[in-house]
Amino acid sequence: MTEAAGAETRSGRDVMLDIRGVETFYGRIQALRGVDIEVCRGEIVTLIGANGAGKSTLLMTVCGDPRAAAGRITLDGVDITYKATFEIVRMGLAQAPEGRRIFPRMTVRENLQLGATTGDEEHFDGDLERVYDLFPILRNRADQRGGTLSGGEQQMLAIGRALMSRPRLLLLDEPSLGLAPMIVKQIFEVVAEINNAGTTVFLVEQNAYHALRLADRGYVMANGRIILSGTGEELLANAEVRAAYLEGGH
Amino acid sequence: MAATIPHAGRPVDRRGILIELGGTALVVFALTVSLVGFHIKDISGGIALDLRFVDVASAVAIAIVVRGWLILMRHGHHRVVAASAAAVAAVLVVSLLFGGAGVQPWLPFKAQLLQWLLAVLSAGFAIGSAVRMARERRPVLSGAGAAQDGAQDGAAPDEQAALMDRVSAQVQRNALWIGAVLFLAAAAFPFMPGVNLQYLDIAVLVLTYIMLGWGLNIVVGLAGLLDLGYVAFYAVGAYSFALFASPDSPLLQDLGWTEGVSFWLCLPFAGLMAALAGVALGFPVLRLRGDYLAIVTLGFGEMIRVTLLNFYSLTKGPDGISNIPPPSLLGYSTQSKMDEETLENTTEFHTAMGWEFDQADTTILLYFVILAMALATNFFTVRVRKLPVGRAWEALREDEIACRSLGINPTNTKLTAFGFGAMFGGFAGSFFATRQTFVSPESFTFIESAVILAIVVLGGFGSQIGVVVAAFLLIGLPEIFRELQEYRMLFFGGSMVLIMLWRPAGLLAHREPTIRMHGRRARASTGSGG
Repeated sequence: MTEAAGAETRSGRDVMLDIRGVETFYGRIQALRGVDIEVCRGEIVTLIGANGAGKSTLLMTVCGDPRAAAGRITLDGVDITYKATFEIVRMGLAQAPEGRRIFPRMTVRENLQLGATTGDEEHFDGDLERVYDLFPILRNRADQRGGTLSGGEQQMLAIGRALMSRPRLLLLDEPSLGLAPMIVKQIFEVVAEINNAGTTVFLVEQNAYHALRLADRGYVMANGRIILSGTGEELLANAEVRAAYLEGGH
Repeated sequence: MAATIPHAGRPVDRRGILIELGGTALVVFALTVSLVGFHIKDISGGIALDLRFVDVASAVAIAIVVRGWLILMRHGHHRVVAASAAAVAAVLVVSLLFGGAGVQPWLPFKAQLLQWLLAVLSAGFAIGSAVRMARERRPVLSGAGAAQDGAQDGAAPDEQAALMDRVSAQVQRNALWIGAVLFLAAAAFPFMPGVNLQYLDIAVLVLTYIMLGWGLNIVVGLAGLLDLGYVAFYAVGAYSFALFASPDSPLLQDLGWTEGVSFWLCLPFAGLMAALAGVALGFPVLRLRGDYLAIVTLGFGEMIRVTLLNFYSLTKGPDGISNIPPPSLLGYSTQSKMDEETLENTTEFHTAMGWEFDQADTTILLYFVILAMALATNFFTVRVRKLPVGRAWEALREDEIACRSLGINPTNTKLTAFGFGAMFGGFAGSFFATRQTFVSPESFTFIESAVILAIVVLGGFGSQIGVVVAAFLLIGLPEIFRELQEYRMLFFGGSMVLIMLWRPAGLLAHREPTIRMHGRRARASTGSGG
């Protein structure tokens, strides 16, 4: 199953995450209908689309839950379609899942410690400092329970927790959901910073404007299919995208 | 008493009151007629059915009177209630104290304690209504006595819940101090004046259940896996020890060993066997969740018991294995020579020390052994929470999906929790075997699992001190109140119901209120996402 690591694909670029023809079902309902997405090393790629288009399903399918019924997902050339979630995560992929899913009864620090489950102990202190530097508010809240944080702080915690495993590829699922515009801006700035430090980012967003401005490339999803793709600027300028996702106050 | 109702200031729904009283009587009658009404007695040459309908009638009458008082209080007749309840209490107390044998037959129930409880109940009603009366007299000016009364009724339980919440929070904050005090008290207990063999025995029993509760708390409280078959590991531990330690064990005879293996050697082995049983059970079933896992563990508990019952060549089935020696001390046996011929060439601890053999000394030894074992369990639990594996257990209880997305292998993590929990069950099992000197499958029925789980639930999931309190309430009190005979279980059940109504999350559970909100929010956003 394993091809040469860091497979060069049709486009000749260094593809890290390669999603090919993926179909996913919830029972009889088909959520994904043959999705093709490439995420190259060092990029920020965003996937935008309306509610229920299948964006979160795609991210979850990449993590192996639910499993793809058809198609193939490779990470650095290694087929991960049928791997268990925790094995995929141990290969250097981390996700800040939808709904944040932080541990509300544990302290911020404990949450971050859990994020470092797969990492080496020697890096722990340095990684913790790095997360605290990215999100200074977490440093102040270190001994507070996760459930007592505000929505924005919880999102920062979720991202910070994902970073603790030193991922090569970071998946973010709607980090802006339910947050004040100021906080959204702050979070997107940090995502750019994370990317500059060498982590590839795959960002799923409803907030198309911010996401497309940030991203190198973008995909637009509707009804479980990719209907458009291009660079961030191209998509921002696209009339269809403007009409469907940007008009009306994002 | 019912005659006073029509004179009340407010219109009274007589029919409703009659239905209420009748309903109460009916429920109490239905409950008591089977539980109390028929009593099977041992008589020479068999058993006899003893009909105790007088007791049933008394119970029904008491229920009607109490309900009547409640109704009267609801309608504002506090004076009537205060007077009649005080009268009843006074009569009961006087006749209990000074009545002697002549009055006894006229009192309801035979057990002294029940009569005292009745007296306390009526006194409580008298005081309660007197307090209300005083409270009502003051705000008469506002003319809204009834409304205020209602408001106070509603507020009281809330205040109480808040108080208990504060208590639990305090307990959690000062856990170290409370733990130290409890430890010192426990260490000094056998040497306190007034502690006799009976109390010591009860203390050993309570400590055994505390240890079991702490052990199960690893599985249920920390890892959040509902285990209804914990007694299986208790049984595995008990039999692992019994089979190697008792000279009567078929295994020992098959092996051709004449002497049993020491408790201290067997203890780790029993823990290991129980842990293996835990892992063996866990491996196929841990992909199940919640209720399904509970059902399978329930079945596993029964499987172990039935196996022990039927594997006659190894376990001697229902006959059980007897002659299990008590733990040795510094290499010396602690048995008296009288009951064991095979030990003739060994030296006993009491002879080595030049003491007389005393059963109490053996019990004190057992007490300290179980105290040390229980503390070891507690220490393990407290420490493991700070280690990655313990943190992973707790995280798994909170959110399995998040755990997987962090690279935690859920199956392995659950298996370790199951294994460690089972191990401590196994340790407690070997202690049980050495204390009873006899094991049979009968000791490992489902009710044991239920009691251990009740201790954990009642104490509040994950609360270490809560387990101590609950074990004392559930095991210690019924033992102390043995005098109550079968009413004991009625009280047991009743207090369980009351505690669960009052503190549904457990006596000393202290949870952040944000959890529930967060749970709702998380679910809502899952629903709306693409």
